[in-house]
Amino acid sequence: MLTFIIRRTLWTVVVMFVITVVVFFIFFKTPGVDPARALAGRNPSPQTLAEVRAQLGLNRPLVVQYGLMMKRIFITRNLVSYSDQGQLVIPEIFAAAPATLSLVFGAAIIWIVMAIVMGVAAARLRGRIYDPILMILALIGLSAPVFWIGQVANLITQGGLHNSVFSWVPPLGYTSFTVSPLHWFTGLVFPWITLSILYIGFYARVLRANLLEIQTEDYVRTARAKGLSEQRVLLRHTLRTSMITFVSLFGLDFGALVGGGAILTEVVFGIHGVGFLTWQALQNLDLPTIMAVVIYGAFFIVLMNALVDIAYAWLDPRVRPA
Amino acid sequence: MADPLLDIRDLKVSFRTDDGLVRAVDGVSVSLYEGETLGIVGESGSGKSVTVMSVMRLITDPNAQFDGEVIYKGTNLMGMSQDQIRSIRGAGISMIFQDPMTSLNPVYKVGWQIEEQIREHEHVSRQAARDRAVELLTAVGIPNARERADAYPHQFSGGMRQRVMIAMAVSCNPDVLIADEPTTALDVTIQAQILSLIKKLRQDFGTAVVLITHDMGVVADMADRIAVMYAGRIIEQGTQRELFYDPQHPYTWGLLGSIARLDRPRPRRLTAIPGLPPSLMQLPAGCAFGERCAHRFERCRETPLLLDRTGTGHLDACHLSAQQKQDVRDRAIHPELVEERP
Repeated sequence: MLTFIIRRTLWTVVVMFVITVVVFFIFFKTPGVDPARALAGRNPSPQTLAEVRAQLGLNRPLVVQYGLMMKRIFITRNLVSYSDQGQLVIPEIFAAAPATLSLVFGAAIIWIVMAIVMGVAAARLRGRIYDPILMILALIGLSAPVFWIGQVANLITQGGLHNSVFSWVPPLGYTSFTVSPLHWFTGLVFPWITLSILYIGFYARVLRANLLEIQTEDYVRTARAKGLSEQRVLLRHTLRTSMITFVSLFGLDFGALVGGGAILTEVVFGIHGVGFLTWQALQNLDLPTIMAVVIYGAFFIVLMNALVDIAYAWLDPRVRPA
Repeated sequence: MADPLLDIRDLKVSFRTDDGLVRAVDGVSVSLYEGETLGIVGESGSGKSVTVMSVMRLITDPNAQFDGEVIYKGTNLMGMSQDQIRSIRGAGISMIFQDPMTSLNPVYKVGWQIEEQIREHEHVSRQAARDRAVELLTAVGIPNARERADAYPHQFSGGMRQRVMIAMAVSCNPDVLIADEPTTALDVTIQAQILSLIKKLRQDFGTAVVLITHDMGVVADMADRIAVMYAGRIIEQGTQRELFYDPQHPYTWGLLGSIARLDRPRPRRLTAIPGLPPSLMQLPAGCAFGERCAHRFERCRETPLLLDRTGTGHLDACHLSAQQKQDVRDRAIHPELVEERP
């Protein structure tokens, strides 16, 4: 198991390297994209343009440029934003990360719990009216766009009812946990719900389908023949094996969200997290920030992928390496 | 005779389908007495598995309909609540299934799976359940049982997994062990080992066994009494001796004729039963075997009842008289032997 984890980690490093190379070439070597021109001001003289280019290192060989970029991202951490010369990109991302992590962790807890409850309930109540009702609810959650749900939530909590029922909801934005745990929590309740609704719908449906499929397996019949209670059969035998699919999906979605994928929720609720940062950088075509954010996001996806593989081995002894 | 341990009375199981009602089991009555082995023989789809699965109330299909009684120790299993039947499953009556490759949960250690059953039915400590599981694994012939208890099902071969299943089935000293084609998925050498293991456990634990199979060779070796099923009904029932040396039903003759025997001259061809079993959705009126039967006559349009036509307690469902049967039987089973006779 240990060698498996080490091997998996080394492989992660290789994947990360490839990602940085690909991202670098996409953003810096795409024809028509010239960072020097963007920075040199309106109608620059060729001389100014050359100077800016030299300053940014854009006249050096590609490999050196790539090396410099990586050095600025990973070692000296002094990569500067193009749109705001005073802004260092890496500290900016790290400053944005806690907001995103707070949002995604909270939403993840809600969606795991709710999806398991709904999926198990639907599978258990199959053949009764509750099953289709639950699944239609899940489908609605799955189909409702995040920005729409978010705006509706805002409309209700920040608008008409703000002075009565929802007076406890603070204004849009993120309050750090260290500043005020209470505001951190109350400010995140609706973003959490908004972000989790889509995933609850999706995961509940996947889990139900999986449970029903596994319920027909021979070993579930064996578990019944052993005299176990229906509940124990469902939780210890059926659900346990269904979690293998659930966990692998979860890892990927979670990684993508931590890496800035909660962009819509963050923008709608004014949470200045990594997704919000990405949104801003995209609007200004701020290449260094985009580059850094993409690498940051890729890092989490790759990391979660590795964790999923390890969790997979833990959940399913058949794929566990000796 | 003493009261039977398990008494199936006029059991009927049918499934609603889009095309109509499938009568998988159509009025089966059979008893199992203490310590004996009852073989239930029949081809695929004859209703043998559905019969025993219904006894255990393991059919969860919402389209299934049940009728009849299954009396176990004086109570009707069919009328029990889920909680009541649970206390019997695995403890009073336990079951071994056909495919050992898929019958164990792949994500739990085999020792744990046995412990789980023991702890479900008896209030014992984890350690005690553990020790018992290891003992059982040793008893069914798993070498190094203490270490192997910590292995996962995929680390065992098919035969070894079936041994684990058997260890699990007998873990709570059941009165009745139902083995549903326990050797069908195994290769021949392993089959013999598994069968002798079941025999040995039956002797050691005094468990009554219901053995389901389509293999006449297996019941010849194992069963005290045999019931032959066809199209959801029992068509012949008697002791093992009666069934093999004095078979009454033409279907049984067909089954016996299709076995190659080592103690007789080798026939050029084995006889096969012509045709296919009827659809359980539209059973022909009268004898279900009629269409395939070489000895069919007028009366076969009436459904034959399972009656004692020989006067020895040997039941069959064929309208031919005992004498008529004797006259045609040898030719039906071993035509070659008869022809070679001067």
